[in-house]
Amino acid sequence: MTAPIPQPPHVVAGFTVPRVMFQVLAALLPVLAVQVYLFGPRPLLLVAVAAVAALACEALALRLRRRSMQPFLRDGSVLVTAALLALAVPPTLPPGHLVLGVACAVLLAKHAYGGLGQNPFNPAMVGYAVLLVSFPLEMTRWPAPGDGWDAMTGATALDALRTGLRQSYTMQEIMAGPAFGRVGAAGGEWINLAALAGGLYLLARGLVRWHIPVAVLAGIAGPAALFHTFDPGAHASASFHLASGATMLGAFFIATDPVSAATSDRGRLVYGAGIGLLTWVIRSWGGYPDGVAFAVLIMNLAVPLIDRCTVPRIHGHVR
Amino acid sequence: MKLRGLTLDGHKSRPLKGLIRPVPPPAMLVLALDQGAGEAAAPVVRPGDAVRVGSPIAAGAGAATALHSPVSGIVREIAEHPAPRGAGRCIVIDNDGRDEPAVPAAPVDWRAMDGKALLGLVAEAGIAGLGGAAFPTATKLALARAAGVDLLLLNGAECEPWICCDDALMRERAPDIVLGAQVMLAATGAQRCVIAIEDDKPEAIAAVESAVRATDDARFEVRVLPALFPLGAEAPLVAAVTGREVPHDGWPPQVGAVCQNVATAATVARLVRDGRPAMSRIVTVTGSGVNEPANVEARIGTPVAALVDACGGYAATNVRHIAGGSLTGRMLVGDEVPVTKGLNCVLLATAADLPLRAPEVPCIRCGDCADVCPAGLLPQQLHVAARAGDSAGLARFGLDACIECGCCDYVCPSSIPLTARFRAARAREHLAEVERHRALEAKARYERHQRRLAEQAEAERQAFDAARRRAGGADPGGG
Amino acid sequence: MNASAILAAIGTVAALAAVLGGILGWVATRLRSDPDALVERIDALLPQTQCAQCRYPGCRPYAEAIARGEADIDRCPPGGEATVRALAALLDREPRPVDPHYGTTRAPRVALIDEDRCIGCALCLPACPVDAIVGAPRLMHTVIAAQCTGCELCLAPCPVDCIAMVEPAATSPGRAVA
Repeated sequence: MTAPIPQPPHVVAGFTVPRVMFQVLAALLPVLAVQVYLFGPRPLLLVAVAAVAALACEALALRLRRRSMQPFLRDGSVLVTAALLALAVPPTLPPGHLVLGVACAVLLAKHAYGGLGQNPFNPAMVGYAVLLVSFPLEMTRWPAPGDGWDAMTGATALDALRTGLRQSYTMQEIMAGPAFGRVGAAGGEWINLAALAGGLYLLARGLVRWHIPVAVLAGIAGPAALFHTFDPGAHASASFHLASGATMLGAFFIATDPVSAATSDRGRLVYGAGIGLLTWVIRSWGGYPDGVAFAVLIMNLAVPLIDRCTVPRIHGHVR
Repeated sequence: MKLRGLTLDGHKSRPLKGLIRPVPPPAMLVLALDQGAGEAAAPVVRPGDAVRVGSPIAAGAGAATALHSPVSGIVREIAEHPAPRGAGRCIVIDNDGRDEPAVPAAPVDWRAMDGKALLGLVAEAGIAGLGGAAFPTATKLALARAAGVDLLLLNGAECEPWICCDDALMRERAPDIVLGAQVMLAATGAQRCVIAIEDDKPEAIAAVESAVRATDDARFEVRVLPALFPLGAEAPLVAAVTGREVPHDGWPPQVGAVCQNVATAATVARLVRDGRPAMSRIVTVTGSGVNEPANVEARIGTPVAALVDACGGYAATNVRHIAGGSLTGRMLVGDEVPVTKGLNCVLLATAADLPLRAPEVPCIRCGDCADVCPAGLLPQQLHVAARAGDSAGLARFGLDACIECGCCDYVCPSSIPLTARFRAARAREHLAEVERHRALEAKARYERHQRRLAEQAEAERQAFDAARRRAGGADPGGG
Repeated sequence: MNASAILAAIGTVAALAAVLGGILGWVATRLRSDPDALVERIDALLPQTQCAQCRYPGCRPYAEAIARGEADIDRCPPGGEATVRALAALLDREPRPVDPHYGTTRAPRVALIDEDRCIGCALCLPACPVDAIVGAPRLMHTVIAAQCTGCELCLAPCPVDCIAMVEPAATSPGRAVA
């Protein structure tokens, strides 16, 4: 007999990694659409540049590691990383900087640790963090919405919040400023809404389970609501936090990266809550306007410990 | 308690369109001495002996049940032959076509017998669990009796795709099932009986419910369960019906229940009605590779080829023969393999029935496997431990609780053959455990050896001192 | 640059290092692990063949030598690579191949006495470290295969060379064959 006898099970559902990845990309389309509507065609350029750079880096890494290109080049995982990074950075970022970020994400955060399924840190956030500390000015200036390509860049809502609070303005005074919309940041509200829509699509399709997004949002909204109730002048409300910055994108797309997240459902709740809490803390008292990237990276560090402590009880075992 | 598993497309409708078909016994029957439980019975006949329907041909011991000839004829040989669980020694009988019984059919007055006598009757008849494990029913019931179970749980769940022999049995012979259950209740001393059926079998549920009503026995209850794979496995079934978890290193009588397949109960009924031992069973013959999928009743020892002939023959070439369903079935080498007590389904599959799986890629830790694992395990962590040969990790993540159902394989987007890896890891761990045990024994004997030598040396030294004292007087320095 | 600030920084870090190092050193002396417990743990990882190929008269003496730091962990051929790795993990050292100077790792074998040639001299009985040979002077000797560890110490004392090392039979309970 030349071929080995096949082992049961003899059927599979037919889910594949590319299918998962391309559905995530589809869920990101609303965010891209809103960004194009607000900021003009530049986000499209950035996404395209990031995608090409990501594929090139992946091919280079596979060649250097002497692995075959198939099926890794076609599985779409690196495209998701590229798209998330391109949508998280301001549209006015020079494309060359973005390529650096993508290279760090793919080569350093993913392949240096072993490629698909082995990265302990979220690759998109590693790229974002590198860009943030390397080019702080370009990374924190977002164009005012509706002004198109040559918009004059100004402070984001979170940025204005931070500096305003430092200068002891009250929340009401700060929120009257130009960067603010009805609930949160002026353009950011719509981006968060689009990310929420994409996230709900992923939930409905079963590609993402509810534990991480709900925990992240609770981790942000809970402390924010608490502190806002006791000191409304010095702390933004929960709805502001939920509608600003990368909250929804982080909760549904970034924190849910399965490779770097915790393993069990209970662990995921802890992981998500930690990300939410750290994001809120960094936004309120930290040195950066939006804390999602660093919160995710810090919680990635904690994942092995979380996994150790949250092994679920096995059926028939007493513990 | 959350019931985990898969909702699968059953593929059960075609065989159930008709009634159970009898398969005429072939010219030659091959009775495997190992009918599926893993141990071989001891033959009590020799080549050349004449046998009749029901005459004993092998004696049971341990996990092997007694075997009886399903036809009358001559024993041709006792030799190695392919069988569903791998090749093994088989008794080959030439059928003379006359079907003469060894003893005339006569009912047994089981109500007058006590539990022990009933167990002996069941053991002599060679009845084995017909759900697939083929474990001796009498042994299982006796152990349950000793443990003092109060619930007899009849398994009519039949959760795996393609298999529908129990469904057909419940539709057509529900009164047999109830009668057999009554005998088992008397044999085990259990107080009540629950017949568990999945909700994708409405006709079977109706038939069993009306049979229960007809006997007017208040101990019986029909429980309808959601159609979830693998709810028909013992541990998930007991948990679903009683809410109690069977300990991972124990078995259902520890929580007061004993499980039996409905077909086993029907065989017990036939035993007390006609006095006939276990000689036939219902097998589902299905798949796109056969012309008329059907449930057939065949005598033990009938080659699968005869079953396919009774179902209109092959519909395609290049057909895979699988014993069992599509999730846990084993591939057969061919159709000369005979029917055993443990064979519940022959799936003749074409490529359309069982599409190939994609090549394996690394695990992306999506957690879909943990979502569907009925034992509550983390297959992604088990996989890491299995690849590393990490015994401590495998124990910690509960490899011994894995029932090898295949649910995790089914949903894995990376196409990792998890079930096969866990089965291999289990075998390796078992061997490592045996070696550890040997090393401990060797160490204990070594320590005993050292003690013995020390004691011997001490005894010699004392004897030498005593002799010197007797010989030389009080001066220990000599001279 | 402010010299005093630099000095202050250096001084602070140095002081921290001294204090923390002192604490660690004190903890290391107070929480020293029980040496007997270590020998037990090493012995539990050895295959208990008692063959003396490591030049120690049994597995326990070898375990004691490893604990004392006298012997390296690569001396056990019957244990093979698995034992070296387990010892390396326990003692936090680098695993390495079994030193061929002490023997080669082979599939497990058991001793078999050729009863036609055995003269009943009883010289092999005391040689067995686990007392797996039964017999008496001028009576037939035989090896209990299930208890033989394959150490080969009985081969040398036999004056008629009637003991051979064979593969364990398939009926020997649960022995891993190769």
